[in-house]
Amino acid sequence: MSRSIRRLGIALVLCYLALFVQLNLTQVLRADEYNDHPENTRRIQRLFNRPRGDIVTADGALLATTVEVEGREFDRERRYPEGDLFGHTTGYFSFLYGATGLERSYDAELAGDTFEQQVRGLTDLFVDRDNVGSLRLSLRKDLQQVARDALGEREGSVVALDPRTGELLAFWSYPSYDPTLLSSLDFDLARGSWDALNAAPGKPLLAHQYQEVYFPGSTFKVVTGGNGLAQGTVTADEPVYPTLRAWTPPLTTQPIQNFGGSACGGDLFQILEVSCNTAFAQMGVETIGPDGMIAGSEAWGFNDAPPIDLPEPATSRFPTDFTQDLPKLAQASIGQNDVAATPLQIAMDSAAVANGGVMLRPTAVREVVDSDGDVIRTNDPEEWKRPLDPEAAATMKAAMINVVEGPRGTASVLRIPGYEVGGKTGTAQLGTEPPMSHTWITGFAGPPGDPQVAVAVVVLNQSGARESTGGRVAGPIARQVMEAALAINAAEGVERPPLEEPTTDAPGASPSTTVGPSGGAGGGGAPSTTAPSTTAPAPSSTTSSSTSTTSSSTTTSSSTSTSTTSSTAPP
Amino acid sequence: MRRRNTELGLLVLVCAITAAAYVLASLGTDAEIPVDIGPFLLIVLGLLLAANLVTRRVAPQADPILLPTAGLLNGLGYVMIARIDSARIDVDDALLGPKQAAWTALGVGAFCGTLWLVRRARDLATYRWTFALVGMGLLLLPLVPGIGQEINGSRIWVQIGPVNFQPGEFAKIALAVFFAAYLVEKRELLSLGSWGVGPLRIPDPKHLGPVLLAWGASIVVMVLQKDLGSSLLFFALFVVMLWVATQRASYLAVGTVLFASGAYVAWNLFSHVQDRVDIWLDPWRDPKGTGYQIVESTFAMADGGITGTGLGLSGRIGIPAAETDFIFAVFAEELGLLGASAILAAFLLIVGSGLRIAQRADNAFDALLAVGLSTLIGVQAFIIIGGVTRVLPLTGVTLPFVSYGGSSLVANYVLIALLLRISDGTNQRATAAAVRAAAAGAPTVGVDAVGGPGAAPPGGDRP
Repeated sequence: MSRSIRRLGIALVLCYLALFVQLNLTQVLRADEYNDHPENTRRIQRLFNRPRGDIVTADGALLATTVEVEGREFDRERRYPEGDLFGHTTGYFSFLYGATGLERSYDAELAGDTFEQQVRGLTDLFVDRDNVGSLRLSLRKDLQQVARDALGEREGSVVALDPRTGELLAFWSYPSYDPTLLSSLDFDLARGSWDALNAAPGKPLLAHQYQEVYFPGSTFKVVTGGNGLAQGTVTADEPVYPTLRAWTPPLTTQPIQNFGGSACGGDLFQILEVSCNTAFAQMGVETIGPDGMIAGSEAWGFNDAPPIDLPEPATSRFPTDFTQDLPKLAQASIGQNDVAATPLQIAMDSAAVANGGVMLRPTAVREVVDSDGDVIRTNDPEEWKRPLDPEAAATMKAAMINVVEGPRGTASVLRIPGYEVGGKTGTAQLGTEPPMSHTWITGFAGPPGDPQVAVAVVVLNQSGARESTGGRVAGPIARQVMEAALAINAAEGVERPPLEEPTTDAPGASPSTTVGPSGGAGGGGAPSTTAPSTTAPAPSSTTSSSTSTTSSSTTTSSSTSTSTTSSTAPP
Repeated sequence: MRRRNTELGLLVLVCAITAAAYVLASLGTDAEIPVDIGPFLLIVLGLLLAANLVTRRVAPQADPILLPTAGLLNGLGYVMIARIDSARIDVDDALLGPKQAAWTALGVGAFCGTLWLVRRARDLATYRWTFALVGMGLLLLPLVPGIGQEINGSRIWVQIGPVNFQPGEFAKIALAVFFAAYLVEKRELLSLGSWGVGPLRIPDPKHLGPVLLAWGASIVVMVLQKDLGSSLLFFALFVVMLWVATQRASYLAVGTVLFASGAYVAWNLFSHVQDRVDIWLDPWRDPKGTGYQIVESTFAMADGGITGTGLGLSGRIGIPAAETDFIFAVFAEELGLLGASAILAAFLLIVGSGLRIAQRADNAFDALLAVGLSTLIGVQAFIIIGGVTRVLPLTGVTLPFVSYGGSSLVANYVLIALLLRISDGTNQRATAAAVRAAAAGAPTVGVDAVGGPGAAPPGGDRP
């Protein structure tokens, strides 16, 4: 009997071996296939049942949170208390439609799935299992509200960012949408909202701030002029372009004309001040040439998707196929033809000019914090492009300030008493009858020598096609946002403990009068031109121990760059 | 007492594992340490200690592995049932956790009671025909109008008053006892091929009567109660016991052919059998309909991967019958390949211990009964795990000790108690023989020499 018992044992072991083999097949070898199977909803279901972190603005407004609900298919529902104010930034978190915006790009952090969070979760397993991450944005609700009110119910976008850090401060586009409805567990409600939003005019679901491109119009002259400066073919004084009403590029009979048929010309400052089409077309075709324009524009980030921490950014475009097509190059040099840019790109152009030629990676999220409020990740400033050397940047900065301050400046609407403001308007004609345009303005502002905010505004489909249109329509929006941002910085500066009196033996302090370009570059990639703040109403922003306030350089002096840290960060 | 101390140590370990799993599952589902962890720990410890005390008293030399292994499976099963309770979509459903806890207490009681009542395994052989009658009666009980109930397409339930149970779970033990006794008596005859063709020799048909009766019973179960799993289990039990008793592989062949032909006829005649096979072959054809259970369980297991999602962390349980037939899939999801393999190992440990008891038994009845009982647990777990993992067509039987179900739990505790009783008897007699031999100064006699055909039980209560 014992022999057959042994055989029975072997037979049963073989049976269980078959089970073990099958388990390996199901759970290991073919697991990916099953996990990716279209019928498989387990992952998304589990995700929907898990806790998820909040999204909070820099001024403490709750943008996204998860509430527990009863009697629905899932236990938790995502809510967006600010409605459509930050719809494009947070995105939605929908069972039916997936996720967009920060909900998508920071999904792992919000769900607590990153490696660091998992490791942290192990240590406090028995204390608090909620290892979700919450996002603290650099965006501010108060500023966003200003942008929204200023734009009103006109299609368009407003982007404001801190040129010194790349942090977004306001990020508004009209029309927007309320993500709460799309994220609802009432699927009929979500479907209804989805269908309505997709049918609505103006594509509210698309974040036009960074996911849509437009003709940049004359705002692109900053890039063209910058290319000349960076490549040394243009200086503040040379060349001087002839005063013309129209200029006909080679190989065509189609002339480039100035707005309203006016005549203009002169040096860089003069032609930028009045936005002279003929002169910039000549600059692109004759002074810089096709290769220089292509390489130069790509140094500003054209033809390259920006590394923003939001999903699916649109790539701003500069054509590369006109080696022999000089008429096209002439048009491209003034922001027409196939040139296309996102509002974000245009804002970053101004920011780069203001920041000594360094363009930083744009970010919406300042830091990820755990449920105790401890910071687990910070988005430190990171250089993305460097279109201008400091000297070229200083020249372009001065030229843009001249567009605001100059007697004939098209962006005079941006003037803010007590602050140094530079800007450039744009009117991208749509070739319609009656004439319609996308009106643009971009610029930067701050206490003299310390630009704290860069802005781009585009308002779509405005009637009229004059160059003044951009300044008239978009200008007041940009100025209100700039004023609000500067007022916030000034107010925060007051709350901050006063800067210590400069002392010569302060540890680590650099000599006060030394111009130290390396200081900025070494400071975590966030160089920032600081300058005398004796005339500034709010010398708040520099927290550096270096005695930058005694610098004697003028506001347009090129290379004053001392080490500073981010000024808008809350204490 | 060395064995009982081993058992005690293992039981304390089981208690710790169960309590830890309970805490983890609660942390996973509610992110809270359960408020009742104190009483929970005390009750688990109390039940296991009570069982240990009883074995100390009435079965001191019994195998120390079986009870802790069964307790571990029972404990983990309870934790999972309570965890599934907390993730129910329909909150109005009755909670199964508290019921399972009560059934566990009853099961441990039945375990102790069985050990107390049955002092010598061979005594059971005396009542072989009683067991045969009771077994067949229990098997057919669900077919009695009025008390029999059909649930989920299978008529295997009996409701008497408020108590709802599956008599088949007890029938299988009664029939195992009967078969062990009958085969020990007849195995000489059955192993002699008196007529037949060529090498395939079959004993006199008159001795085969009960065997054919068993085959008929399993076909009845399959056809009338539509319970394919139990049918397969009964038949495996009979064929294995016949084979082990007679040492003749031809019974295996004949049995397999008989069952296969029965199954083929059933497949032709009954649509539900065809459905089961179709789903087994291709569950993806209708993943939202007939194949839903298997597809969901496959997704669940794949989702678990090697280490699993963690106890209580797989979210809502979407698999139908997650607390009963498909509980293994939930384990595979939350504890991963490692946890699922551990459960397989636990069943192999029970089967191995049972077969070792059979090997060491000093008489044929004990050996054969141990073989039958081990086969019951091993094959039943194989049938349901095979069904869940798509090694076999799915047939609904419980996963012993793990699935929710009172009848199954109590019956399996009785089964374990019988195995312990056999083990204890063998070891006691071996010890006594060794002591006698030592006292007589004679060389120790091998344990196996005591057994053999001559030790067959005395004639039973044949009418």
